Formats: sequence, C-alpha cells, structure tokens
Amino acid sequence: MPSPQHDPPSWTRSSVGSAGAVEAEPTAAQVIAGLRATSEGGDDLVQLLSPEGQRVHHPDFTLDVGAEELKSLYRDMTLVRRVDREANALQRQGQLGIWVPLLGQEAAQIGAGRAMAPQDMAFPSYREHGIAWCRGVDPTELLGIFRGTDHGSWDPRATGLHLYTIVIGNQCLNAAGYAMGQRFEGKVGDSATGEATICFFGDGATSQGDVHESFVWAAVYDAPVVFFCQNNQWAVSEPTERQSRVPLYRRAQGYGFPGIRVDGNDVLATLAVTRWALDECRAGNGPVLIEAYTYRMDAHTTSDDATRYRLAEELEAWKLKDPIERLRVHLVREGVAEQDFFDGVAAESDELAARLRECCEAMPAPGPERIFSQVYAEPSPAVQAQHEELLAYQAGFADAGTPDGER
Amino acid sequence: MARTITMREAINEALSQEMGRDERVIVMGEDNAGGAGSPGDADAWGGVLGVTKGLYHRYPGRVLDTPISESAFIGAAIGAATSGMRPVAELMFIDFMGVCFDQIFNQAAKFRYMFGGKAVTPATIRTMYGGGFRAAAQHSQSLYPIFTHIPGLKVVTPSTPYDAKGLLVTAIRDDDPVIFCEHKALYDITGDVPEDLYTIPLGEAEVVREGGDVTIVTLGRMVHTVLEAAEQLASAGVAADVIDLRTTSPLDEDTILESVEGTGRVVVVDEATPRCGIAADIASLVASKAFGSLQAPVELVTAPHTPVPFSDVLEDLYVPDAQRVVNAAKAVTSWSR
Repeated sequence: MPSPQHDPPSWTRSSVGSAGAVEAEPTAAQVIAGLRATSEGGDDLVQLLSPEGQRVHHPDFTLDVGAEELKSLYRDMTLVRRVDREANALQRQGQLGIWVPLLGQEAAQIGAGRAMAPQDMAFPSYREHGIAWCRGVDPTELLGIFRGTDHGSWDPRATGLHLYTIVIGNQCLNAAGYAMGQRFEGKVGDSATGEATICFFGDGATSQGDVHESFVWAAVYDAPVVFFCQNNQWAVSEPTERQSRVPLYRRAQGYGFPGIRVDGNDVLATLAVTRWALDECRAGNGPVLIEAYTYRMDAHTTSDDATRYRLAEELEAWKLKDPIERLRVHLVREGVAEQDFFDGVAAESDELAARLRECCEAMPAPGPERIFSQVYAEPSPAVQAQHEELLAYQAGFADAGTPDGER
Repeated sequence: MARTITMREAINEALSQEMGRDERVIVMGEDNAGGAGSPGDADAWGGVLGVTKGLYHRYPGRVLDTPISESAFIGAAIGAATSGMRPVAELMFIDFMGVCFDQIFNQAAKFRYMFGGKAVTPATIRTMYGGGFRAAAQHSQSLYPIFTHIPGLKVVTPSTPYDAKGLLVTAIRDDDPVIFCEHKALYDITGDVPEDLYTIPLGEAEVVREGGDVTIVTLGRMVHTVLEAAEQLASAGVAADVIDLRTTSPLDEDTILESVEGTGRVVVVDEATPRCGIAADIASLVASKAFGSLQAPVELVTAPHTPVPFSDVLEDLYVPDAQRVVNAAKAVTSWSR
C-alpha cells in the first residue's frame, strides 16, 4: 500500500502530450482541417477500386471478380439508389411519413450485403435499404413501414434480415446475442457451411453504451459477429471528430478483436473485406469490426436539412468519390459493359420506380383493429374492451351523420 | 413587458436569461449547438427541437454538443450538478430515457436522500414527449408517469409559453432534479410572455376555466383539447372547471379537491396510457379524499393500453380528442343513481 504522503499517480490526464484534451472546442480552422482529413480516410483504408475507376492492388485483400458479377454489382447499386430517390420523393409528396436516405452509401451496403451467405443473419439499423435488397426483401415492404401501414412485414428467419431498428445502436446487443447463440448451437467452425451474423450501425451509434457493451459481449463469447459500421461522417449535425479521438476501426483493438477500415464507396473492397470477415466468423475467429468509410450525401432523414450544418463544398468533394460512378467508369474503361447494358439498367430502374410508386399509393390505411392487435401474445380483455369502446365511439359519429368519424 | 411568442421561443428565452444570470447554468445534449461551431454555423438552427438556437455563440463554452451517449451526458449533467453547476440536459425524445434511466432514477433521484441532504442535484432534464407527429411507437410516448413514480424527482408538463418560461426558470433554480417535459405539438403555439424573468412555483395547478358543473383535470397538450371541449360543453349547457396540473410531481391536490367539492363530478384527461398513470392517480386521489363530494364515477379519457401507432389515420384515433372529453363530461354530469 502506498504511504499517504506519496503523490497519487496522475490517472486523469495522459502525461504524454495534451493535444485534443485542452482545446475541447475546436476552432473553425481545426474543424475545416478535420473535415479535409476525414475525406481522405487515411493510410489504412482498404481500397480495390479508385475513385477514378481503376483497380488498386492491396497486399491483404484481393477479389477475383468476373464481368457478370461486376455488372450485377453495378445493377444492384443503381436500382437501390433509384429506390432511395423514389422513396424520398414519395415522402416529399406526402405518401410516406418519413424516409431515411441511403444516398452515397450504396457500395457499403451492396458490398456487405452481397458478401453474406444465405445462412447468415443481418441486424440492420433503419438505413439499410441496400442490405434489405440483397436479402431479397421487396422495396415495397420498406415503403409499408415508412408509410405506417405496416410495422415490419418480412419474416426475419426466412430472409436472414432482422427488422429495422429505430433506436440508435440497440441492435448491436441483439446481434451479439444472436451470434452467441449461433456459437452455442455449434454452427460455427466450418468455413463453408458455418453461420455468421452481421450488424449494421453508424458512426453516431459508436458513442452509445449499448454498442460498447455489445463489443465486450461478443469478444467474451467469441461470437461470430461482424460489426459493420458505416461511418458516413455525420451523426445528424455532429461530425465524427466530435465523437472520437481515434479512427473508429481502431477501437476494436481495445476489445481484443480486429478492426479494419475499408473504403465504403468502393463496392469491390467492401465486398472483399466483408466476405473475409464473415468467413473469419464462420470459422470461429469472430468478432470483427469493419468501418466502412463513406458519406451520407443526403440529410439524416427527410425531417432533417443538412444544408444547415455542413458546407456544400464538402458534398461536392464526395461526389467525386461516388460509389456508382466509379464502377461505371471501371466497366467502361475495361470494356466490360457497353452502352446497351447501362441503358438496360436505367430502363429497369424506371420500371422499378414506377412499380414502387403504384404500390405505395395503393397501400390501404390500416383499420382501427391494428391499434389493438399484437400488443400481447394472448388477447387482453382490457385492450379488447378499449377496442370495442373505440368502435362504439366511431359508430356515434355515423349515427349523428357527421362524416368526420370515418376517415 | 409581455409579447406574443412561441413556446419554443419562451423556452429559449428562459435558458438564455438564466445562463446570463447564473454562470453555473450550462446546456448539453445531442445537436444542441445545431450546426454552430461547424463551418455552416451562420445558419445554426439550434438543434433538432430548435430550442437552443443562438445560445452557443452567446455563451461560449457553455453549450455542449454531445456524442450520442445519453447515459454519459445525462450522468455527466447529474455529476456536474452535484459539484455545483446547474446543468440543463436535453434528452431529445423522452423515449430515449430507456438508455439513461439508471442515471436518473438510481442516481439523481437518490443522492439527496442517501447522503442525508449533504448532496444536492440541481439538474434539469428537458425532454420532448407526445404523439401527433407521425413519429411511431418509439418516438411518440408520454412517459412522464414513470418519472412521477420516482420519489426525489420533480416533473413538469407545461401547456403554454407563459408557463413554460416561468416553470423552466424555477426548474433550473430548484435544488432537486427536475424532468421538464415538452410536448412536441406545443412548440409552435403562441402566447403572451413577459420579457423579464419570473418564476412559477412547482406544485401549483392552475384553474384555466371556471364552470362549476364538472371538474376536468388535465395537463400538457391535453389542456388545449380540454379547453376546446369545454367550449362545446358550454354551448350544451355544461359549465366545466378545467384544471391544468402544470406539474405532476409535486401534485397540487388542494386545487383538485377544492374544485371537486364544488362539482362532485370529475373527468381526467391524459394522453399517456391508462395503467399506473396520471389519470388513475387523480381518480385514486379523488376517490380517497373527496368521496363524500362525488356524485358520479370518475371518467378517465386516456390513450388505450397499446403502443402509439405510426399510421396517421390510427394515431389520430389513438390520441384523445375533444369529442371524447365532451362525451365523458356529459356522461358524468348526466349520471344519477
């Protein structure tokens, strides 16, 4: 035991340097410098396709990808972007209650989604329309949620896609538990048939205690889970540098598992890295953290206006790294696809958008019984009585001949 | 001098004036700066609720944009309060209490008691509640009854810009933790608010309309629904006392009981779900302390015991409306043995 006259060790402040700690509030110049730095991604960024559409060699990650697969990745990203834009427009026209844009994050999601095996399980946040696409969930089902006609309609077990999670970061705990179950049931260990879980969340969610506890949990139980963080640079109005001193992928080290930063606007790199990470988990070497370095090109949701807190020139800089454009340039440059291929995808996009709009507008408003159904597994007499009360209340309007009771 | 301003402006003014008066008052929460400090700060809009607009530049270093770490910033506000600050933390949606509740009910609410009065926690937690914004089941709840249940917490539910300013000033100056619940549908309502600082005591309900035939007890946004109903009732010959609780903890029992002694008939209107809620609490109070005055069973008008539906059609059916209040008031006034 140290003697009382001893100076206590200084544990509240690092003795080496003081950068960051003293200036809690960055100057405008620091903020701009920070933003410039975040648009680079750093030396550790795994990239296989440059923003100019050229294949890049990486010592650890390779991807053997044929012409058809390249074209189908382009098709997936293009169609998903069209779904996103159409849904955004539908919200603006009053057809959806809210929409959560994925614009700019197509490569991160299609890369990760296409890396999954059928037996894998995905836990999305609320922006993973590209993952839903890859899991075979029809985009009209997403519209049902955001229109309020349905509270999540797909079967999580059949699709391998858990329902959308609205509360920030909560799904990471569920994913850790699900992956722990996969291990307990002996479903890991075989790199071909083994199962893995992948959990999607954003840079903002990494500040949540739940996310940290899920890292601890997954590490302790060797859970076969890939934590897939899409760092889109903005947690509503707060840039990543207000949330972390270190690049997010480096946090994994403290929990005892690998962390990798991949260019999230590069569908090939995302596919390669995620495939590797899922295989690691499948083989029993999980968990793994992936930070997909990307950019939210639209607002946080349709309730948000990003022009109020970030500069237009930042968006312009990221447009040069557009995930779809770089693959298109690559396809053209390498002579993989001709104009008729692009025309075909464009025509397919138009058809998809038209189908979405038609389905959306035709979705009926749910009846009052939906307020009272699915509250409990067994019918609740109290809730049933309240349902009957509401019906009687509505009938009162009908008796009085006022049309207001019926909507 | 009073001007007509919105509830959002009234809350902003209370924060600003208290920050100007007392340098121990600080503000923290997600997006509170609202773009201020980042390159686009000329257009800083003051957070998702727009309530903290302008404070970041007016009080440098005292408006903190926090990471999405509710446990951390609510806990930090509580810790700062115990060391002499008067923090106002903004929990964006009351539904987010789920991720920071331990800090509120096991820490903030217990410090004074467990340390024999030697620790005080003068923290205010502002938070947004309520339905009507098509924000679905996890962003629309009216959870103030849960806070009301916890000894040591004070709970405020203002219904007007005037009350919001006066009650928030009192909350900030109060030496106990206060949960200040703002209904999201009320931010844009307007009312007369004095420019000068003033306080409204916690635990004093307001009789916002006098009638004498029936007592309608309510709070928050429902005050406006009830006043609309009271107008309809008046033209049908039923004169209602309307009581705005203003705070659910402490609860002004006397104002309620005094009115009930005069009317003998009671309706309680609350947007929250019915079980273990404010409506049930008031009904219990009246049954146990004004039984002799009662001439009819107490009617409760609340949301049903279900989550808030997302669909606009269903949400409109879910939140109590004026007609339901009218029906309930007519039922209790026409009731006879």
